[in-house]
Amino acid sequence: MLTYTIRRLILSVPTLLFISLVIFLLLKLAPGDPMASQPLTVPPEVREKMRIALGVGQPWYIAFPKWLYQFFVVEPLYLFDAMLGTDWAGGQQRVISWQTRSPVMDIVMQRIPQTLWVVGVAYVVAILIAIPIGIYSAYRQYSWFDNAGTFVTMVGFSVPPFFSGVLVIVIFSVWLGWFPSIYDTTHKVTDWASFKVQLQQMVMPVMVLALQITSQLSRFMRASMLDNLNQDYVRTARAKGLGEKTVVLVHVLRNSLIPVVTVIALGVPSIFGGAIITEQVFKVNGIGQLLITAIQANDLPMVQTLTFIFAILIVLFNLIADVLYGLLDPRIRYD
Amino acid sequence: MTETPITMDKVEPTAPPRSQWADVWDQFRHHRGAMWGAGVFLFIVFLVLFGPWIYWNDPQYVPTGRDFLNLRDTRPIYVALFDSGAKTNWLHPLGTDNLGRDFLGRLLIGGRISLAVGMAAMILSVVLGTFIGVLAGYFRMLDGPLMRLTDLFLALPLLPLLLVAVLLFRDKLSGMFGPEGGTFILIVTLVGVTSWMQTARIVRGDVLALKEREFILAARSIGTTPSKMIARHLLPNVMSPIMVSATLGIATAIITESALSFLGFGFPPDFPTWGKLLFDAVDRMQLYPERVIWPGILISLTVLSVNYVGDGLRDALDPRIRGR
Repeated sequence: MLTYTIRRLILSVPTLLFISLVIFLLLKLAPGDPMASQPLTVPPEVREKMRIALGVGQPWYIAFPKWLYQFFVVEPLYLFDAMLGTDWAGGQQRVISWQTRSPVMDIVMQRIPQTLWVVGVAYVVAILIAIPIGIYSAYRQYSWFDNAGTFVTMVGFSVPPFFSGVLVIVIFSVWLGWFPSIYDTTHKVTDWASFKVQLQQMVMPVMVLALQITSQLSRFMRASMLDNLNQDYVRTARAKGLGEKTVVLVHVLRNSLIPVVTVIALGVPSIFGGAIITEQVFKVNGIGQLLITAIQANDLPMVQTLTFIFAILIVLFNLIADVLYGLLDPRIRYD
Repeated sequence: MTETPITMDKVEPTAPPRSQWADVWDQFRHHRGAMWGAGVFLFIVFLVLFGPWIYWNDPQYVPTGRDFLNLRDTRPIYVALFDSGAKTNWLHPLGTDNLGRDFLGRLLIGGRISLAVGMAAMILSVVLGTFIGVLAGYFRMLDGPLMRLTDLFLALPLLPLLLVAVLLFRDKLSGMFGPEGGTFILIVTLVGVTSWMQTARIVRGDVLALKEREFILAARSIGTTPSKMIARHLLPNVMSPIMVSATLGIATAIITESALSFLGFGFPPDFPTWGKLLFDAVDRMQLYPERVIWPGILISLTVLSVNYVGDGLRDALDPRIRGR
């Protein structure tokens, strides 16, 4: 298992390198010019010098290794410095955003907590709802609960987040006035009252994201439970006189959770991607919203870093899912 | 040696032979959700195909002068039921937008584009996926590289890349094919190119299994060429997973197109699609919630019905489930 993990880790390096090259070359084609926002009074030769200073005109085989060095060596050094108070980086050039002229990673670090709060809470809520629903609808297959559950998950599956988000805003904040329609990220939780405000503003984005995730997960959970409920070991367990609760909630559930856990792991990066739309709807200034504004402002270093972070997340969680599957299910042998 | 051999010619089949597709249809018919889904989907297709011809208002017509003030921002006629002061007009059943254009007409035209994008992108993605899947499954030499390519595509962060790609190529293609044609080609290509991977994986798996069967061996022993083998023996046998992923592909394509339009990376402003109509209406949804709700309902309903059809097809095409 350990050798498999190590092999996968090593294999993911060329994958990530290739993906970053694809992203890099794609962005190289972009028509954007970092000088576009400079005042027109800047003379052309100064403009040209500024362009060179930003490294815009370089061919890709020079610019790409430089970017790799910045991203994988310089940025982690700065991270260590910030954590330990050392000075390893020694003032080396960081990846600079064209939009704000500050290091890209600083801005990303500012935005990550908001995304993690909303998306993370939504994911946990969705898992907590989806698993019981899946278990019960499989146990009572074709009952009214199962049929209703199937219909609701189908709806949750089909309604895109930009519609469900807008719909809950219309219902809960325009008509009923219960929750604010905009997520205020400057809000600080200091006491009980401000905690309640934080909860209120989180309800709608979490609801929208959780609906989507719940419907996918509970379908998986139901299918996986159904696969296991007809197995011989379940009949054996019943035959030797175990209670129905033990059979379903211990024997069947534990086996059914194995594929579901991997699906949960695989879903994490796509949730970051899907949160782009939800963040846009509720004006959460997380990484998704940062990406959209960066694309619109032609801020190529920012776009590149963010896309690459998403790629790292996908590769990483694919690996985690595969390793988890092997760890949880002793029948799976990778070696 | 003298007794007569038992002959088979006395035994007549009791029922006429049934084709595979009749069985599939029988199973499909019993899936209630799938039948409803098919009905709703066909109804929506019918509506957006023929609706604009029957419907009396021109969706592009912008009234001028006094008419503009009278006709702009009218509410749907049902609003008059609970708000007697609302500005309604019987000639415009779903009201008009802030330029006085008829909203129902725009919904119908927008549906045409959304569905056309969905269908075209689905066809592209299924053709690509089938092609790559069959090649990878049939030719062992190509299997490794093609499957690594598929894995790579699966590891790409698709939504961000789609957004970047739209930004990159929109102007170039708009120059070549006009703003509408260019965006159409761009979005269809992008959605198709980024969604073939599941089909390719499923088709490859099926082809690998089929290759070991006797009829393939028989076909090979009489000298069937690879191209004939694929077209005549393999493709008809992998039709069912392809059909399922085609139906589900329409749903994904419609959602992706609407998402792009919603984020402001879709069709040009005066060219309505459902996602675009929804996006345009979000800013004033407090005053005119119907402009958000109708396109949203249509997108969701289409996707829901397509998903149900896909579900039913999967059950109907699975010979293990059929007949239960």
